[in-house]
Amino acid sequence: MSQKNRPRGMEYFDFVMSEVHGLRIQELLDAKKEGRKVIGTYCTFVPEELVLAVNGIMVGLCAGADFATDEAEKLLPRNTCSLIKSTFGFKLGKVCPYLEASDMVVGENTCDGKKKSYEVLSTLISNLYVMDLPQMKSDNGKKLLKSEYIRFKGKLESLAGKTITVESLKKAIAMANAKRKAVQRLAALRSADPAPISGLDGLLINQVFFYDNPERFTASVNKICDELEARTAAKQGIKKPGTTRLLVSGCPMAVPNWKVPYIIENLDAVIVGEESCIGERGSRGAVDASSNTVDGLIDAIVERYMQIDCAIFTPNTERLDHIKEIAARSKADGIVLYGLNFCSPYLIEALGIEKELEKAGIPAIRIETDYSQEDTAQIKTRIEAFIERIKG
Amino acid sequence: MQSLGIDIGSRTIKTVLWDDNRIEKWEVVDATSQPSQIVQSVLERNSGVPAVATGYGRNLPEIREIPSVTEIKACARGVWWFRKDVGIIIDVGGQDIKIISLDRKGKVIKFEMNDRCAAGTGRFLEIMAARLDYSLDEFGNAALQGADAITINSLCTVFAESEVIGLLNRNIRRQDIARAVHQSVIRKITGMFKRMENNGGNVVIAGGGALNPAIIGLLCKNLSIEIRRLENPQIYAALGAAMLAAEQRCDAVFL
Repeated sequence: MSQKNRPRGMEYFDFVMSEVHGLRIQELLDAKKEGRKVIGTYCTFVPEELVLAVNGIMVGLCAGADFATDEAEKLLPRNTCSLIKSTFGFKLGKVCPYLEASDMVVGENTCDGKKKSYEVLSTLISNLYVMDLPQMKSDNGKKLLKSEYIRFKGKLESLAGKTITVESLKKAIAMANAKRKAVQRLAALRSADPAPISGLDGLLINQVFFYDNPERFTASVNKICDELEARTAAKQGIKKPGTTRLLVSGCPMAVPNWKVPYIIENLDAVIVGEESCIGERGSRGAVDASSNTVDGLIDAIVERYMQIDCAIFTPNTERLDHIKEIAARSKADGIVLYGLNFCSPYLIEALGIEKELEKAGIPAIRIETDYSQEDTAQIKTRIEAFIERIKG
Repeated sequence: MQSLGIDIGSRTIKTVLWDDNRIEKWEVVDATSQPSQIVQSVLERNSGVPAVATGYGRNLPEIREIPSVTEIKACARGVWWFRKDVGIIIDVGGQDIKIISLDRKGKVIKFEMNDRCAAGTGRFLEIMAARLDYSLDEFGNAALQGADAITINSLCTVFAESEVIGLLNRNIRRQDIARAVHQSVIRKITGMFKRMENNGGNVVIAGGGALNPAIIGLLCKNLSIEIRRLENPQIYAALGAAMLAAEQRCDAVFL
């Protein structure tokens, strides 16, 4: 937030962030008083459409900082990724008001680490609901996802005491689509040179995506996009034109994990996109709302969510295509493949993706780290050398 | 015209005074606990000479006004000047191992660097030498006399040290343990090396690790390649920095 030359529209997102433990929580508590349900989630595979269709509120739960790690390590092996440890730390330290405010917390069978740790987490969170997820993008995979979404729908309906109708679901789909469309517009605007907005701010907006009131969020993103369009027309940017442009790709960066983007943007480079669950992977596409049956709409939801190219899928070749596509659109000079220690799915994919990108003439570097700060100088050297390499 | 390169490494500080395309003077001193004092005294002695800093300490607050480059770029530049035939540089430093691949014009095309862990670096060898009561000079030679009888499996310096203690307690010959320690470093370098594509140039070894005959000998054997050792292998990043200072067109990065 000490960046120079930031768009004015960031004030709203700074405000949301600063009030993340204040006003927004108050809003949630007020909504709960009106009988609305708060659903806490850890993953972009949980369909917000269904939550909105029962007039519920979905919030992403924080997992982006080391907190009460020693407590978490009583329950989990040390070589568990930071994200999972953080999930436990926040619960054990009772520091996440969203978690405490949630009427239901949804875990999901993505990676082995999360899957097994939810077994342990369920001893700490009485209202934990675990959703199964497919690992292959086959017809059977799709069937599984659909049956899980139907099970989830039933759970939400009984929790909220409401039945999802074609109308309520269509309205919910429109709301979620509008939210995605706004961040897609933002992503497209970042292709300008000079970059009209920093990667730190882009990431912050993508993080707020998971917390804020969806309609207010959509309006605020569109407002900042108007400003960015004007900035681009006036050739204004966050850094000089020609600054090295990097795309960050890999594990999600949950609030407040800004470590690597902070290192990158304090060097002579700007981040022009996030190929991440908190970024384009999580917000790509839209749900087709043309069907006039609840079942047909759920099929459309399944269709959209099956496109998410999470590394838990095998094979997951679309991810490489998407990285190349975003790199081309955002005119990235290089890709930073970001992986959390012990996150096998992304770390394994990174090796192959790095090779393919280099083959395609796109410089790539793998950065493997966690939430601690000890390796900051090391990472800085590597990224600085990567920028030097790109500049030649 | 004179120019100065300072490489502030984790274990040693290297200085090269470059003058009309030759090394006028070079120096390697212990970084001690006061690296900034050493750097400042170097700068005072050479006031007015354009300088570039590199290495772990390149952004020390005391030298904020001096442009800096990473040791990867600096090392590549320094080595390439003397060895135009270089394809890959293996740089074994105090805290880092770097494998740098260069194109024919000396440009860095890819590099690998170990993560935060010190295993497999110069510091790891120092700690193990001390544990086995060898001086650093003796350590490499002892490893060359040892046999490949045992393996150190641990990737972590602390755990590897426990392994060494266990081996000593089992009365395993010191040379054999020294050899196993070196082999564990070699395995780490080999893994990084194999991920790197070579454009057909020679493989050159630099950094303090290149002073160790066992590192070079065992690495050649393990990779079945010839590895060229540079004279005074520690000074190449400082040398590259001095060359870049002379060019006056290095991309300064200030924090």
